[in-house]
Amino acid sequence: MSQPSPELLQTPSDTRRSSSGCFHCGEACADDSFSLEGKSFCCFGCQTVFSLLHENGLEQFYELNSRPGIRIRSPVAAAKWAFLDDPVVQEKLFDYADKTQVKVTLHLPAIHCVACVWLLENLFKLHPGVGRSLVNFSRREAAITFAPDKIKFSELAALLASIGYEPELTFGALEKAKASPLAKKSWLQIGVAGFAFGNIMLMSLPFYFGLDSFSGPWFRNVAGWLGLAFALPVVTFSASDFWRAAWFSIRQRVLTMEVPITLGLGAIYAASIFEVLSHRGPGYCDSLTGLIFFLLCGRLFQKKTYDRLMFNRDYKGFFPLSVVRKTADGEESVAISRLATGDKIILRNGELLPADAKLISGEAFIDYSFVTGESETVACAAGSHLYAGGRQVGGVIEVETVKPVTQSYLATLWNNEAFRKSRDNDLDSLTNRYSKRFTKLVVGVALASAVFWIFRDATKALKAFTSVLIVACPCALALAAPLTHGTAQRILARLKFFLKNALVIERMAEVDTIVLDKTGTLTTADAGGVEFQSAECGVRSAELSIEERGWIASIARHSTHPNSTRITRSLPLAALPVANFRETPGCGIEGEIGGRKIQLGSQAWMEKCGVICSSRGDEAKISGGEKSETPHVGSYVYAAIDGVLRGSFMLENSLRPEVGKLIAQLGGRFGLALLSGDNEREAARFKNIFGGRAILKFNQSPADKLNFIHELQQRGRKVMMVGDGLNDAGALKQASVGVAVVEQIGVFSPASDVILDAAELPQLERVLQFSRRAAWIVRTGFVISAAYNVVGVSIAAAGLLSPIVCAILMPVSSITVVAFSCGATAWMGRKLQVKERQVASSVCESLQPSTFSLQPFAKEST
Amino acid sequence: MSVIIILILASLTVALLFLTGFIWAVRNGQYEDTLTPSMRVLADETTEKICETKSKLK
Repeated sequence: MSQPSPELLQTPSDTRRSSSGCFHCGEACADDSFSLEGKSFCCFGCQTVFSLLHENGLEQFYELNSRPGIRIRSPVAAAKWAFLDDPVVQEKLFDYADKTQVKVTLHLPAIHCVACVWLLENLFKLHPGVGRSLVNFSRREAAITFAPDKIKFSELAALLASIGYEPELTFGALEKAKASPLAKKSWLQIGVAGFAFGNIMLMSLPFYFGLDSFSGPWFRNVAGWLGLAFALPVVTFSASDFWRAAWFSIRQRVLTMEVPITLGLGAIYAASIFEVLSHRGPGYCDSLTGLIFFLLCGRLFQKKTYDRLMFNRDYKGFFPLSVVRKTADGEESVAISRLATGDKIILRNGELLPADAKLISGEAFIDYSFVTGESETVACAAGSHLYAGGRQVGGVIEVETVKPVTQSYLATLWNNEAFRKSRDNDLDSLTNRYSKRFTKLVVGVALASAVFWIFRDATKALKAFTSVLIVACPCALALAAPLTHGTAQRILARLKFFLKNALVIERMAEVDTIVLDKTGTLTTADAGGVEFQSAECGVRSAELSIEERGWIASIARHSTHPNSTRITRSLPLAALPVANFRETPGCGIEGEIGGRKIQLGSQAWMEKCGVICSSRGDEAKISGGEKSETPHVGSYVYAAIDGVLRGSFMLENSLRPEVGKLIAQLGGRFGLALLSGDNEREAARFKNIFGGRAILKFNQSPADKLNFIHELQQRGRKVMMVGDGLNDAGALKQASVGVAVVEQIGVFSPASDVILDAAELPQLERVLQFSRRAAWIVRTGFVISAAYNVVGVSIAAAGLLSPIVCAILMPVSSITVVAFSCGATAWMGRKLQVKERQVASSVCESLQPSTFSLQPFAKEST
Repeated sequence: MSVIIILILASLTVALLFLTGFIWAVRNGQYEDTLTPSMRVLADETTEKICETKSKLK
């Protein structure tokens, strides 16, 4: 891997400014400081990737998609990957390994377009040690073969990270089962059923039209035997899941839908054998295989999974794969599973603490937002107890673990009962509630008609009994729910509303109480305004001049901290050259511009740096926005020039757009509650939004949230929990429907039933309405299939059923239900999308004011 | 009417061939990822890539 030569990094003076952003990633370029070959880049990282690809003849990357690159936010030190050379870790990660080649499948969440697929599959051009690489786009995975003697695994990870595809390696990945063979089996089952269905149908056609008399009675026999032969693998192999499910439900003493289905299947096959053996006719194998084929298709349709989303993540999915352990002779990278109590570990900026621990040395600023939802970082002194799940922000700290990973604070949350019970069995679905009565009714009618015929004409009794079971086989019934749910699931996925499985729709339709988390769910750190307040220690100084703003913007550009990014965005000014730039992680940044020293950072850091309050030299006593009358929510960044405080930037944690409207809509129909890990400083604001009836609770721990949901459920409420982050994980799991709100699909989200793109949160009310309609469609589908059954069963009970009646009635009833389910759901869904477009335009309008608020800055700068 | 026996045998042979093909395709993993190949085809594959990949795997 070659580095770009230093000459290339110089700013050529003749390059034109690109109006449409960075050539690599498409983000806005603040100026021309990074450009190469007439192309502008937003940062050094993007430019490096471009030159790397350019040198290796991979420019096609930029032709496949415009600006396909991923911005390298913070360059990762190669040392970060050192633990990947640990044989224990490798053993678990590698799919295959020998001395000359290794195959590994890595999860690369950054994969997002055609160009990514192409680039990763051409990875071998970047390094001679890499062989074949194969991307699975829907899983966001790349299977890479490499030669371990030419490139170490850690170097491969570093190579991927350097072009923007940082592999996601978590503790949970070690235990994850590889691709399941189940999908293969269900394809084979459908294939076999379809094959048998088609061929039996072909041979049955003459019977349908009464043409079999031309070929004589031997043809009837041949066709019958062939039909039985074809149907055998279908009944035993393709329908094996139905038999298993029926056996399971009988053992559980519940009558699920599979019971009447298998009863029907068995009756059809038995009747067919009887007819063929007694030379009465060709049997019902055409209807039998067709039925199984349709059922399997319906099941496949419903089983839509989203490979890139993980619904069953526990804390292990959030933990890193390894930590740095301090030993007698230095530091070593150790897999978390091998971490023992009493180990001394070293945490750097941004790293997660995997086990409860005691702080030994270093300045700890722990961000527990992941666990508690509280957004402020906590400063800890040496000796204090740190909880697992906290993220260190700032310098390097050394801690000693006091509990094993599996017994730490975060892990204990997962030991709660809510996580152990599996809720995914569908015993309580609409279909199964219906099938209980249905099965009893069918068996009753069959017995009654048999008894009736015994007295009238004993020879017809058995035929009538089996005929009723055959006709009543609830194929259409069994298709109503899967097709409605499958269609609904696809429609919702287009609205960025991803369901774990189709049954979630039914549970959503029953929800009567909605519990919302505050931080990260209703509020967001990204959309808020940035407001500057000049210094307020008694003396009010002047507003920032354009020159001063330019200085601050130029300094802030150099940091990737979210606060710096937001400040830069609010000050769209040309960047100036910065000298002596220094970042103290978690605290602040400083640098010199034209001999003036500029500092940006936290209050504590400012005080430590000896920043004074005004030019008169008063003792520094910095206080921020707490003084102002209306309490603001968010964080403050202080700015100082030449060691004198100029003021602070207030970064507001604002509500997501349209939250107020959404709450008003939901309030009409559902009971509402708000749970927050934060303190009560915002209670008044949310009281206004939620109105009097809603329950607002603050200072809630993850366990409190779980218990609150549990209490509601004991009072008979069907609860939907809407949250984000690990602090809501217990509540999400306990609720009948857990909705995880994520900023970016495919990135961290706790275990849940629904994963929702944060931008689509205002749609929640409409989605719930849609799910209630879907439940109505399923019920109507039941009625339609029941109507067909009444006709069929009357014919059967009269002893008049023939293969042709069966072959017409069954497909017709199935097709009616399929058409109704899909059609009605799609129609309801179309209405949903029309509304969505209107909402999208009104969201744009509601965003307008915040764009205006930045206008004054923009105007002065031009 | 014995010609129908030949017809049935012929149609069965063809149908079984297709079924075998399908089973082979599923076992071979062709149904595991149905999305990526449709994206892969958009990029021009150079002969150089095929040769290099082959030589590396040896």
